[in-house]
Amino acid sequence: MSNSAASRDGYGHALISMSEDPKLVVLEADLGKSTKSCWFREKFPERTISCGIGEQNMMLVAAGLASSGYKPFASTFAIFTERAFEQVRNGIARPNLPVHICGSHGGTHTGTDGSSAQSIEDLAIYRTLPNMTVMHPCDDYSTQQLTMKLLSHDSPSYTRTARNKTPRIYELNDSRLEIGKGVLLKSGSDVAIIACGVMVSKSIEAAEKLSEMGIDAAVVDMHTLKPLDESLVYELASKCKGIVTVEDHSVIGGLGGAVAEYLSESKPTILRRVGVRDRFGESGQAEEMLQLLNISTKDIIKSALDIVKME
Amino acid sequence: MGLSRLNGLSDDELVEELKEISRKCRVEIIKMVYRAQAGHPGGSLSEIDLLTALYAINMNVNPNDTKWEDRDRFVLSKGHASPGMYSILAEMGFITHEDLESYRVLGGVCQGHVDMKHTPGVDFSAGSLGMGLSFGLGCSFAAKFDGSPRNCYVMLGDGEIQEGAVWEAMMAARHHELGNLKVILDCNRIQNDDFVESQMRLFNIPEKWSSFGWNVKEIDGHDMYQIIEGMRWFDENNDLPSVLIANTVKGKGVSYMENNPKFHGAAPNEEQYSKALLELGEVI
Ligand SMILES: Cc1ncc(C[n+]2csc(CCOP(=O)(O)OP(=O)(O)O)c2C)c(N)n1
Repeated sequence: MSNSAASRDGYGHALISMSEDPKLVVLEADLGKSTKSCWFREKFPERTISCGIGEQNMMLVAAGLASSGYKPFASTFAIFTERAFEQVRNGIARPNLPVHICGSHGGTHTGTDGSSAQSIEDLAIYRTLPNMTVMHPCDDYSTQQLTMKLLSHDSPSYTRTARNKTPRIYELNDSRLEIGKGVLLKSGSDVAIIACGVMVSKSIEAAEKLSEMGIDAAVVDMHTLKPLDESLVYELASKCKGIVTVEDHSVIGGLGGAVAEYLSESKPTILRRVGVRDRFGESGQAEEMLQLLNISTKDIIKSALDIVKME
Repeated sequence: MGLSRLNGLSDDELVEELKEISRKCRVEIIKMVYRAQAGHPGGSLSEIDLLTALYAINMNVNPNDTKWEDRDRFVLSKGHASPGMYSILAEMGFITHEDLESYRVLGGVCQGHVDMKHTPGVDFSAGSLGMGLSFGLGCSFAAKFDGSPRNCYVMLGDGEIQEGAVWEAMMAARHHELGNLKVILDCNRIQNDDFVESQMRLFNIPEKWSSFGWNVKEIDGHDMYQIIEGMRWFDENNDLPSVLIANTVKGKGVSYMENNPKFHGAAPNEEQYSKALLELGEVI
């Protein structure tokens, strides 16, 4: 068994695992080979709806299905779900229809396709919609498990997955994984690192390096951005000197935004947000992008040290 | 207009010249995706004969003055097929052949998808399908307001026209009678996952487009005589928006890529690379 995998594979596996539910319907927009819904299509073509390159249509077809008792799972690249934002807002979130959207290839980590394909705002925009659950799991196993939980989730959701392989963090069927509950991967008392998606493994790496420097950093996989696990954030803020949020996403409105909003109202705490600083990406390899945009392991360490060294 | 060194040639001579330019571009396309080990060869190879003729015959541009206001605009709406566009821009002198080596490389002139902020000669940052025709329509309006004779050319993919916004733009272009808007449809019958026929059938495209009130002409997109005729047809039709529907072969020129959905967005391996160059008449 390989110890690295792409989270999008978890989505593909989840669809197959849920196939016994006769109400499950899968929708694609000519990116099934990329989002991995193609695996479901191969086995269950009669329950897979090809929408061609037509994301706006796909979202509302899914809404119609959901209103008729079906359980639609619709996927495309994260960036192209955004093309249908208003359809999602008015046709899915507003009537609170349980349509489950998966946006693959999220973040700058997606790489050399360049800025047009690198969604750095998806988590933020879907967070703004009432009724929406927003997730960004860190590996294939947690993606699979969380996606499967959506089958009995009675409101709409958006899940971002990533294109490239990253280290596996979980075992299959980890009992700690619940929608809306962050997972404390490593406890620590000096500083807390709250991360999501591909940045979780980087955060663990950073915590290990910090530990060598004598700094005790906690690491949380905040796979669900909405609803935010506020009690966990509160606990970390009470215990540690400060918090570092880490995401392959704009610092505006995503994980950093969510944590900042909560803390500033409920428990003012020193905070550093590692994320994309209000700019677009460009073509480059995944690791190069993280370096270029200052969201690499060394930037996480720097932010943690910043907090620890504060007077 | 176009390449001045081709002025005064007979049609037969012109066809031979254009074929040679296309061949060289195909070689560059293969080299780009091979080096990057990523990218979109299929749609670049299907469009390149059309792009070659468009730039050589129609496009009124100046590589030494890339922001010249009255230049013709070209929008590669299927922006993933960027290697095709980069190869012709290099041939025209907008960028250098060394620039082609920066395809998909950090800091590169040649981004994964065409990007007007990075590449001289690129008029629209594409990559998200179904956006270019509306953008082109805006450029056409601007030319009209400016009283400029410039044209706006837009290249669309057949998969791409499944996007509803394309049809909104089609309707609007006819409503506003923008005869300076000229579209080439690269009808290679394959999209990302599979054949258009299996993903979302388009049925009779010329008939659909005609019903929107455009000037429509259908050609074989690899027959250089027909392509030249099509490009001249663009020049002769300025009353209404016009579309040249070009029937093409995805991956044209490299046997194992032709009509093969696998090479929509995949790079050749070393062995395939040598075979491709050999087939394109390139001595390694
Ligand atoms: C809005 C949008 N949805 C999906 C994609 C992903 N995608 C990239 S290329 C492609 C297929 C394009 O097919 P076509 O327009 O026929 O282009 P060609 O065959 O000439 O490459 C798809 C679905 C995209 N770039 N933009």
